[in-house]
Amino acid sequence: MSTSTTAATTVRPLPALRPNRRLKVPKQAERTLRNGLTVIAVRRSAVPLVELRLWMPFGRAHLARGAMLAQTMLAGTQAHSATEIAAELQKVGGGLTAGLDPDRLMLSGAGLVTGLDRMLELLAEVLTGANYPADWVETERDRLVDRIQVAQSQPSHLARTALLKRMYGRHPYAVQTPDPDQVRAVRPAALRRLHAERVHPAGAVLVVVGDVQPERALDAAEQALAGWRGDGHVAELPPAPPLEPGPLLLVDRPGSVQSSLRLALPAVPRTHPDHAALQLANLIFGGYFSSRWVENIREDKGYTYGPHSLVEHSVAGSVLIAGAEVATEVTAAALVETSYELGRLATVPPKADELEQARQYALGTLQLGMSTQAGLASLTSAYAGSGLRLDFLAEHAARLAAATVDDVAEVAARYLAPARAITVVLGDAERVADSLATLTPVRTESA
Amino acid sequence: MPTRRAKIPATKYPVERLTLDNGLRVVLTPDRSAPVIGVAVVYDVGIRSEPEGRTGFAHLFEHLMFQGSENLEKLAHFRHVQGAGGTFNGSTHLDYTDYFETLPANALERALFLEADRMRGPRLTEENLRNQVDVVKEEIRVNVLNRPYGGFPWLTLPPVMFDTFPNAHDGYGSFVDLESATVADAADFFRRYYASGNAVLAVSGDIDVAEATTLIERHFGDVPARPAPERPDFAEPDLTTERRSTYTDALAPLPAVAGAWRVPDPISDFAGYLPYVVLAEVLTDGDASRLVERLVQRDRSVTSLGGYVGFMGDPFDVRDPTALLLQAHLPPGGDVDKVLRTIDEELDRLATDGLTEGELARTQARMATHLLRDTDAVLGRALRMAVLEQQRGEPGLLNELPRLVGAVTEDQVRAAAATLRPERRASVEVVAGGAR
Repeated sequence: MSTSTTAATTVRPLPALRPNRRLKVPKQAERTLRNGLTVIAVRRSAVPLVELRLWMPFGRAHLARGAMLAQTMLAGTQAHSATEIAAELQKVGGGLTAGLDPDRLMLSGAGLVTGLDRMLELLAEVLTGANYPADWVETERDRLVDRIQVAQSQPSHLARTALLKRMYGRHPYAVQTPDPDQVRAVRPAALRRLHAERVHPAGAVLVVVGDVQPERALDAAEQALAGWRGDGHVAELPPAPPLEPGPLLLVDRPGSVQSSLRLALPAVPRTHPDHAALQLANLIFGGYFSSRWVENIREDKGYTYGPHSLVEHSVAGSVLIAGAEVATEVTAAALVETSYELGRLATVPPKADELEQARQYALGTLQLGMSTQAGLASLTSAYAGSGLRLDFLAEHAARLAAATVDDVAEVAARYLAPARAITVVLGDAERVADSLATLTPVRTESA
Repeated sequence: MPTRRAKIPATKYPVERLTLDNGLRVVLTPDRSAPVIGVAVVYDVGIRSEPEGRTGFAHLFEHLMFQGSENLEKLAHFRHVQGAGGTFNGSTHLDYTDYFETLPANALERALFLEADRMRGPRLTEENLRNQVDVVKEEIRVNVLNRPYGGFPWLTLPPVMFDTFPNAHDGYGSFVDLESATVADAADFFRRYYASGNAVLAVSGDIDVAEATTLIERHFGDVPARPAPERPDFAEPDLTTERRSTYTDALAPLPAVAGAWRVPDPISDFAGYLPYVVLAEVLTDGDASRLVERLVQRDRSVTSLGGYVGFMGDPFDVRDPTALLLQAHLPPGGDVDKVLRTIDEELDRLATDGLTEGELARTQARMATHLLRDTDAVLGRALRMAVLEQQRGEPGLLNELPRLVGAVTEDQVRAAAATLRPERRASVEVVAGGAR
């Protein structure tokens, strides 16, 4: 046995793939309760567990109060303290967490399937009776402030913050992390008010996935949650503004040993006719490991560890974000290669085999994403947030299968041209500003 | 109201084992519930096997295993996996290195071909080596050097707790060691550790056992036989006096601390080890757990808290010596000594007064959920079974873990808590250097 250090000739052929299995959407059922809550139940019986996702529209909420509401929603009710709620959930192998983004408030959890009824009961208790006890709110306020402070020392967070601000201007999406002083000002009464105003079943979607009979799970959800009332305030988000390219924004973080490179490019919602082709164009550019960008700046040049690009969907709009952490000394060089790869894809059609590879990846990862309870629950919930159901998967798969080289070239020209990008670089300005300025106009601010 | 004990459920994943003539051990676990498969190859070599002067080498070598192989050019591996609709990765642990992919089931033979090809021989070229040294340096910058709490505590606690090079050194490696690595080092490392006899292949998901066996024979059968190297004994004596260490993290805005105590041998004394795995969860799993209730809510002396066995967080993939770790982040000006003293106090209280009604049962129910959830993904199943086969010759243990965790008794948890004495503890404190 010798380790080959010279180019070997292929003596063993790569085995062909067997035919693709058809995408099979699992058994599901749906019901809208009289209080306006939509419940979707999906069966996947592989493990004796169940996953819950409750999606509540929460756009335009006060940032600090919204964040504190998510942080303290499970902190107590008339009947149970926070510790008791956690212990009751634990008894059935369960847990719940609350999270917030600019579109929605989400309660998610998982537990033993034998505990489904109990988890739903506790969920209902929190939704109808969370009482935001003062001592708990105080503790959680300090914790949230500390967490924000830690986040603000992370380059990825700072780069994201700067990019959002640059992209969205005055839109509510522009700032997604509250200021510590705003958090310190939040009182329990404000949380109770926000809860009464915004935590209601109208427009909310509960997803239940697991070792359940879907109709039986709907019954259980109806039994537990029919008493949840309220259809108060709904806040519509204005559409996100179009991206406005301009000078590169350099955010100074003195002493950084890497630069965080971020680009935002236009994209379209899941239902748009261009979406499937744009998803494929994104994969070819930088959306998976076998993409041009990764092969260039990682595998050829060693500038970075994990470059990645992704189409992000929000209620008010979609956007393509590309990000890489690159060594300080190659910051400008990495940007050159990034613009080159975007420009090349926007002006020269991809090769047929490149498209085929991206297509197989997109179709395969749909299968993989559906193959676990947690994956199905997250997918179902994300789709429901865009007004879609799981059967959209089949439609989307058909569009991915049908997209041609010309389709992909056309969307790449429309969306991926480097001139359309908003570019933000976070790093040590003293070391990178001059070389960046030789490429493009630069505006510098401090982190 | 009497506490009703949730019945701990189990899985019944079928397990087929075989060994090829070249010594490669194989585990198959079919499951037709979704048209996907997981493929894992685990080599019995990890950070602890690195020679002195070659810190970070096991991980660097993991990168080199993706850089082309006997019949494949650089980049081909990635393209063939993803072009079949799959995803892939590899990871380096203290006691093993794994390579894995999860794909639609129609790509089974392709995945086997790819893994067999690099088991026969990766393309170890100077160009690929230099390129991947650069990539690894960026990985270290992004995960350790350019962010607060980088490497805390998995890189910063072992050198406090252990004295020997295998257990104490930096597994990500120093830039000096990485830069001086040679192709000859890599070839030697491959010959020594990446032997068919030192590896386990596991395939899970939508497979037919007979067909999969034929394909495995076809692709791996002629990988040249090489025996597993003798695994050295990494044992070190337990601590008898407390060890403390402190360092300033220039980027960290707030203080943090981690403490650890040695635990029984996970392999040879599994029954003695399991209570510690449960104890870590009793102490730290969620708002109803002991230390969260005390330190976060009552005392407000920490803002977040975690506890687990094994430096990388998975208690069922480590060999001796290993530890139970607790780690906490503190508010501004927080008092690390006080936090450690309170932990000692709570451990004493647990050892003396025992658990509260239902405390153990609910913790075990939650642990069962975590175990079952991880195995719902075919890849999670393949990886765990591969490691259980390699370290214990017992891949079917995966089906038993929820029940075994559920069988740990209150007396065992109390006894485990009683051993976590300050004089056996190693701890590391992060001093915030990044406050603004």
